[in-house]
Amino acid sequence: MAFLELAGLKKSFGDLQVVNDFSLNVDQGEFISFLGPSGCGKTTVLRMVAGFEEPSAGSIKVGGTEVTGLKPNERDMGMVFQAYALFPNMTVAQNIGFGLKVRGTPKADIKPRVVEMLKIIQLEQLGDRYPYQLSGGQQQRVALARALAPSPKLLLLDEPLSALDAKVRVSLRDEIRSIQKRLGITTIFVTHDQEEALSISDRIVVMHGGVAQQVATPFEIYNRPSTKFVANFVGTLNVLEGTVVDSALGKVRVNNDEISLKQSLNGAKNGDAVSLALRPEAMALGDYKGHDSELHGKIADVSFLGSVIRVRVNLGKETIALDTFNNSRTPPPNVGDNAKVTFTSNDLLVLQ
Amino acid sequence: MTRFIAWTVFLFGCLFFVLPLLGLTEFSLSMRREGYTFDAYRVVLADPQFRATFLYSVMAAVMTIIMGVLIVVPTAYWVRLKMPWLRPVVEFITLLPLVIPAIVIVFGYIRLYNTSSVLPLMGSTAGTTVLLICGFTVLALPYMYRAVDTGMRTIDIKTLTEAAQSLGAGWFTILFRIILPNVLVAVLSGSFLTFAIVIGEFVFPALLNLPAFGPYMQIVGANKAYEPMALAVIAFTITWACMGLIQLVTRFQKHTQVKR
Repeated sequence: MAFLELAGLKKSFGDLQVVNDFSLNVDQGEFISFLGPSGCGKTTVLRMVAGFEEPSAGSIKVGGTEVTGLKPNERDMGMVFQAYALFPNMTVAQNIGFGLKVRGTPKADIKPRVVEMLKIIQLEQLGDRYPYQLSGGQQQRVALARALAPSPKLLLLDEPLSALDAKVRVSLRDEIRSIQKRLGITTIFVTHDQEEALSISDRIVVMHGGVAQQVATPFEIYNRPSTKFVANFVGTLNVLEGTVVDSALGKVRVNNDEISLKQSLNGAKNGDAVSLALRPEAMALGDYKGHDSELHGKIADVSFLGSVIRVRVNLGKETIALDTFNNSRTPPPNVGDNAKVTFTSNDLLVLQ
Repeated sequence: MTRFIAWTVFLFGCLFFVLPLLGLTEFSLSMRREGYTFDAYRVVLADPQFRATFLYSVMAAVMTIIMGVLIVVPTAYWVRLKMPWLRPVVEFITLLPLVIPAIVIVFGYIRLYNTSSVLPLMGSTAGTTVLLICGFTVLALPYMYRAVDTGMRTIDIKTLTEAAQSLGAGWFTILFRIILPNVLVAVLSGSFLTFAIVIGEFVFPALLNLPAFGPYMQIVGANKAYEPMALAVIAFTITWACMGLIQLVTRFQKHTQVKR
């Protein structure tokens, strides 16, 4: 049995349906990310789990117990907010101990727990400081410690890294994951940053229009996106529009080139249009060992990104982007040159 | 040239406000022909009526502040958190005491709570004092509400509330351990303003026939020469002390300091 069960969750504000029939099972100790663009309903689902929004329909169970009708303060969940939400009138230690205090934990037990949490977030020396005396990253670590101090059943993270600068974001991201693993706490993490979701999660729920488009591991989400939206939203993706030439043999025409596919064409017949997707890193300029398919065009643009060079190739109707590693002995191609783009047909994705 | 005009206007303003006060103070010190003296202050401060009425007004002011805080803080909090669409209506209601004269409110009270009414509060001094405090609370409402509402604007009420709720806190804990301490400076500002208003208020206690400081000042002013001036200086000093306290509290509130 799953630890957290979300079944048929719906939420509408007036006529606007924000979440539509959202179901998900989360195992104990799992780290799940809700990934999607603004307005996709990811935060609304999280807020329904936390109890801040009442679902229009559906149920929420934690550890087999129905919590749908419970108030937020009765759910035993820790939450970290984008805006830190530390209590300005309390010191760091008082903030961390707040949850324990309101639960009636004896004073003698609060102090060692606060010290333990300060140690976990590596801010042992800052217990007496006020929130205004801390940096953004430090404040968010305190918010994390505060949420974890009462040992909640579930940890909910609502875009906790969005307000931080890039460097702090990466280090805190790793820190959150390491603390979560150490404590084994079931966690839901809301983000619109795909890199964050891919790097930190056991599984990712990609959301769009209030619906879960795909629930899978980061590897599957990136390499085997099940819908066009997921393919476009996660990572950079070249979408090629083709026409089925021979459905039995899996042959598809893309501009003037013909490609043989090994994967299913999802029932498309001869003459039907299909959308194919290909990651930039799956392609190479010119012949490459193991590559069995090719497309032809002209170099449209070359961007030097340091270790990687991104080349855009005009295939006629479409322009695709491909990444090659920078090699000091091989200069990048010139704009206008003829280009042969090769790849393995296995890497092609047929989008639904 | 612009600088000259600005300074002229500033100096004129200063003289406009300071000269009458200087005159008042100078007159309050001129009880004896031979020179300046604090006799007027001594007479006023030695008067048992002064002490009784002043203490009564201080008590009324404290009760008014408590009542105002208990009404305004939860209201302003709830309106900001759950009913932001109601804010203009609440603001309008809190402004009404500035438009409706105090005398109208008092006569309303007298009609509603006289000895032959269902709730004869005016039948006893204690009951009338309760009415007085209610009236003062209404009078101070525009100042208290504005001060508290401004204080609440500076903190993220919604997120702090949700953070506290997720940690297991109920409404009482949230209001009195999270929200109130964070708007304390604003509450104190409103409280000091309320104190200053209540100490000098005349209409309510005079018409309700209560022994407050306002009517006492009027009686002294009608019968004596130097003592009313001393009383006026004392009243001004109390008001300014209140304003000074607002500044002090704001400066020493640690957690509201901006990070530098």
